[in-house]
Amino acid sequence: MRRTSLWIGAILVGINVAVALLTLVWLPYDPTAMAGGRLQPPSWAHWAGTDRLGRDYFTQVMIGARIALTVGIGAAALGGLIGTTLGVLSAFAQRGIDDALAATLDILIAFPTLLLAMLVVAASDGASLGTAILAIGIAMSAILARLVRILTKRVLAQDYITAARCSGLGWGRIVLVHVLPNIAPTVLVAIALQFGLAVIAEASLSYLGLGAPPPNASWGQLLQSAQSTVYNAPIGVIAPGLALMALVLGINFLADGLRDLLDPERGAA
Amino acid sequence: MGRYLLRRTFVLALSLIAAGLVLFVLLRLLPGDPAAALLSVGADEAQIAAARAQVGSDQPIWVQLGMFLSDLARFDLGKSFVSGTPVLPEIAARLSVTLPLTVASFLLAVAIAVPLGIISALRADRWYGALLSAVSQLGIAVPVFWIGVLLIWLVAVKWRMLPASGFPMKGWQDFPGAFRALILPVLTISLVMSASLMRYVRSATLDVLGADYLRNARALGASFPRALIRHGIRNGAVPVISILGIELASTLLGAVVVERVFALPGLGSMLLLGIQQRDYPTVQGVLLVSTLLVLLIGFVADVVQRLIDPRLRETVAGR
Repeated sequence: MRRTSLWIGAILVGINVAVALLTLVWLPYDPTAMAGGRLQPPSWAHWAGTDRLGRDYFTQVMIGARIALTVGIGAAALGGLIGTTLGVLSAFAQRGIDDALAATLDILIAFPTLLLAMLVVAASDGASLGTAILAIGIAMSAILARLVRILTKRVLAQDYITAARCSGLGWGRIVLVHVLPNIAPTVLVAIALQFGLAVIAEASLSYLGLGAPPPNASWGQLLQSAQSTVYNAPIGVIAPGLALMALVLGINFLADGLRDLLDPERGAA
Repeated sequence: MGRYLLRRTFVLALSLIAAGLVLFVLLRLLPGDPAAALLSVGADEAQIAAARAQVGSDQPIWVQLGMFLSDLARFDLGKSFVSGTPVLPEIAARLSVTLPLTVASFLLAVAIAVPLGIISALRADRWYGALLSAVSQLGIAVPVFWIGVLLIWLVAVKWRMLPASGFPMKGWQDFPGAFRALILPVLTISLVMSASLMRYVRSATLDVLGADYLRNARALGASFPRALIRHGIRNGAVPVISILGIELASTLLGAVVVERVFALPGLGSMLLLGIQQRDYPTVQGVLLVSTLLVLLIGFVADVVQRLIDPRLRETVAGR
């Protein structure tokens, strides 16, 4: 069972990664040029039909995979870096600083990712891929920081940390040798789950018109512009949604599989 | 319990103040001058200075903070930069759409998720138990607006059963119209929400099913349904209620996207418009009110949990 979810996840994510890499070197059609009539239904030439300007829709959905992965990876890397650093520092900090940081994180987490992201986008001049990554990454880092803080405190309370201290190991080494390897499995799974949420958050942002502008159109933006022509071309709404669902489902499966693999005790429970 | 309520209210007030401060800092930390919203392209130095004086962004940050806090204490959320109307009454009007939307979606989601979650745990070995958990896996992987657009396509555009978007001009005075306008949005939110809720109900039920007290109750002669109702529900409800609080809060704020899908004049579309127009008082006001609501929901969830689970009460008394 545990292997199954790992495999399904790996395949779904793998397809997305492959498509995203492919778009860097080859595209079936020029995404900005007319490739056929307007709003055509799916055919062998145009797997997902054409949009209202006659551009090949499948090409645009393929590019969407690259945008989604870019934002997901960027946000996960940023959120993971800030979150882990803040979390570890907070766990080591003096009581007062730690409490203040924890309270701030709680309030930040009370704002959902999307709202924080909207704030950052609103403040920066014009939306771009960078602002989306920054916004989602910051929101993610608050959630991860809280998790890392708790996990680090749990590790620091262990006897082997005292033993390491007694044998003269510095705090820096303790973090590198004992804390990080011990918290890594749980944090990695959390980052994977956040990755899926980041992809959804980015799609929501661009659906709201706060995402990256064309030609870097993401699935959310494709959905938004296809909504008005849903009567004539429902495929325009279905295709990007299915692609997004496949990616997020794949990431969630991968995270579940990873959790079982890295943390056998919890997986068995 | 009384002492706990008092303490929890104090914490609520403190976190509201803290949230206001965080919001204040966040909005000021962000680059861009709020006065820019008042100006047109190509404004000269004098105009910029005048706009700054009007908005107050020429004052030192601590003076701005003082003004912000004293306005808050008088429940004055300021006036919109764009329309010039006070923010608070506008928020109240918008809430007449967002609150019914959120509450109805929440209730429907609970009505769907609790029975289905329990069934999928009790019947995990049957095909429909497995199907239910597979569907909920799918449900957490889709964005809420996609479900919304699909529902518009099927129910409103193809079958022409309900309006695709909008809200009656007269609001709730046109009750049938308002009711019909909210059916699809409520369905959208509750479908997506019940997917994630079902997972929590399912795992809480599985925990209960494996618990010793259930086995003991059965050994003492209670029938399975009776044991489950007497001991299981109360125990299983505790973790679920804290999740319910979080879910309700995120529905409230997630309404931003759904309101956009269905072109509803709610709090979310007000926030979105405020952000697009860089209307700081509007953005600040909406976020403050929604934070207040989120904190209130958390407060209620905590209190209800304590009422259900006496063990939580004892730990606090022991401290």
